[in-house]
Amino acid sequence: MDGRFSGSRRLWLVRRLLLGAAVVLLVSVLVFAATQVLPGDPARAVLGHDATPESVAALRAELGLDRPLISQYLAWLGHIVTGDLGQSLVTREPVAALIGDRTINSAVLVVISAAIVVPLSVFVGALAGRRRDRKFDKAMLVVTLGLTALPEAIIALLLVILFSTSVLRLLPGTVLLGPGQNPLGQPAQLVLPVAALVLGVLPYLSRLVRGSVIDVYESEYVRIARLKGVPERVVLRRHVLSNALVPAIQGTALALAYLTGGVVVVEQVFNYPGLGTTLVDAVNNRDFPVIQMVCLVFAACYVIFNLLGDVLTVYVTPRLRTAGQ
Amino acid sequence: MRIGLVLTGLILLIIAIGPLLAPHSHSAIVGAPYQPPSSLAMLGTDYLGEDVLSRVLEGGRSIVWVSFVGTLLGVGVGSAIGMTAAYSGGVVDEVLMRAMDVLRAFPPMVLILLLVSMAQAELALMPLIVAIAWVPQVARVAYGAAKEVVAREFVESAETLGASRLRIVRREVLPNVMTPLMVEFGLRLTWSIGIVTTMSFLGVGLQPPAADWGLMIRENYQGLALQPWGVVVPALCVAAFTFGTNLMAEGFARTVARVSPAAETPKEVTV
Repeated sequence: MDGRFSGSRRLWLVRRLLLGAAVVLLVSVLVFAATQVLPGDPARAVLGHDATPESVAALRAELGLDRPLISQYLAWLGHIVTGDLGQSLVTREPVAALIGDRTINSAVLVVISAAIVVPLSVFVGALAGRRRDRKFDKAMLVVTLGLTALPEAIIALLLVILFSTSVLRLLPGTVLLGPGQNPLGQPAQLVLPVAALVLGVLPYLSRLVRGSVIDVYESEYVRIARLKGVPERVVLRRHVLSNALVPAIQGTALALAYLTGGVVVVEQVFNYPGLGTTLVDAVNNRDFPVIQMVCLVFAACYVIFNLLGDVLTVYVTPRLRTAGQ
Repeated sequence: MRIGLVLTGLILLIIAIGPLLAPHSHSAIVGAPYQPPSSLAMLGTDYLGEDVLSRVLEGGRSIVWVSFVGTLLGVGVGSAIGMTAAYSGGVVDEVLMRAMDVLRAFPPMVLILLLVSMAQAELALMPLIVAIAWVPQVARVAYGAAKEVVAREFVESAETLGASRLRIVRREVLPNVMTPLMVEFGLRLTWSIGIVTTMSFLGVGLQPPAADWGLMIRENYQGLALQPWGVVVPALCVAAFTFGTNLMAEGFARTVARVSPAAETPKEVTV
């Protein structure tokens, strides 16, 4: 494209990436501080009030709590970077083994939901924008207003109530997956969790597409194309849809970020063995090594998706290509 | 907007006078667990044999005050940080807003779970945790709105007159960003209700034997197939509540945008 801008754009990109990396590093400090530098003693919190002083001291030594904070942090970070994620305090399993499968399970959920919600949002948004203020648009407005208001947990619950227990019994309402089992092997179990996540993102993304479709329809070049006698079909395909792809691309990254947060709750409703359920269990058990790693994974994904959203927005929006100048 | 008002009013009415109408104590065992509706328990019994109806009537109180106080605190602190950063500029701006970036690097629910793991699940801490989850998001909105205000002449003239930073932020900047902040409060309130319910549902909010809609969903979820009312009714109450507050917030945002389009994107004000 415009060669003139590529130099400064590359500089901007590098700066954004460095900033993202710095944020992840600071996140690790925060996660460490939150889980290690507690007002109370984490060793006692884990062992309970009736633990003997010796066992508390032993666990403190095991966790490295008797050393200065900075060296504790650096040792902790060093272990993570070299792939040693520590042990669960509850099951004594290595954390890497514990969250490995579950990360993949959650990723499956997120990717499938994104693959459904993005095209669906473009379709719904374009249709609503094309017939602005007509029946379909108004109906969609009411539906999206309702859906944005509902917490994900309630959306997921209502789906379970409607489709798997009280009203109809069409689909499984809980996910039964053994460790290491591929969730894709049980497609029926995935329907409701994916539906809950899709319904959580659809309102936001389809309104984004609708807005840009309306903008394009009101633009000068669509009017000129119509005045030239270009058929409506071609206007829609050539101008409107290709421009509606811009929010769809950036929206994909944002949807991924949103879905990353959404799985925490939705997994719990369906008892889906993913990172979200792992985090909730770990928090309820005060299993700090697991909490630390899961929070880091979530934050890293969230930062990456948001960064991707920013970068793609700049790359696909012509007037922003000079950003950073 | 009118529907929102009616729905919210209805739920608030249940919360306000519900406990007076409750036929049983919220923690009294009135029968066997998971009994279907009967003349004794009109919505059946829950996982322990407590009366679902009585618990529903009492179960909204904590949600209302926790989400309201949490939102107020979060929007208050968040906008103070955002406005201070926008007005101060320089190092203060960088430090404050980069710190907000770090907090925004977590999905809100993950940040909340991390905060819960630091503290014990105590009711008094819940508004604080909800507030911390909103601070970075609100700070960003307030920052954006305040950045446009601080460049204007009346701020400069106040500086010339020797007004302090606190006074300028409070007297010159705040009134000019009040409208977007109020819109923000409305939207965040809806999400707070969802978050407070979700916290209890995940087991990191209210603890038994409290009567709470989120906790009721958690407790009775296992028996959903046997006795749906213990889950369905609290879930519908939360749905009606969030739907109502969201309609009100949207209505308010629209009214503001229509009455004074300048309020949302302040451009020129003659002093």
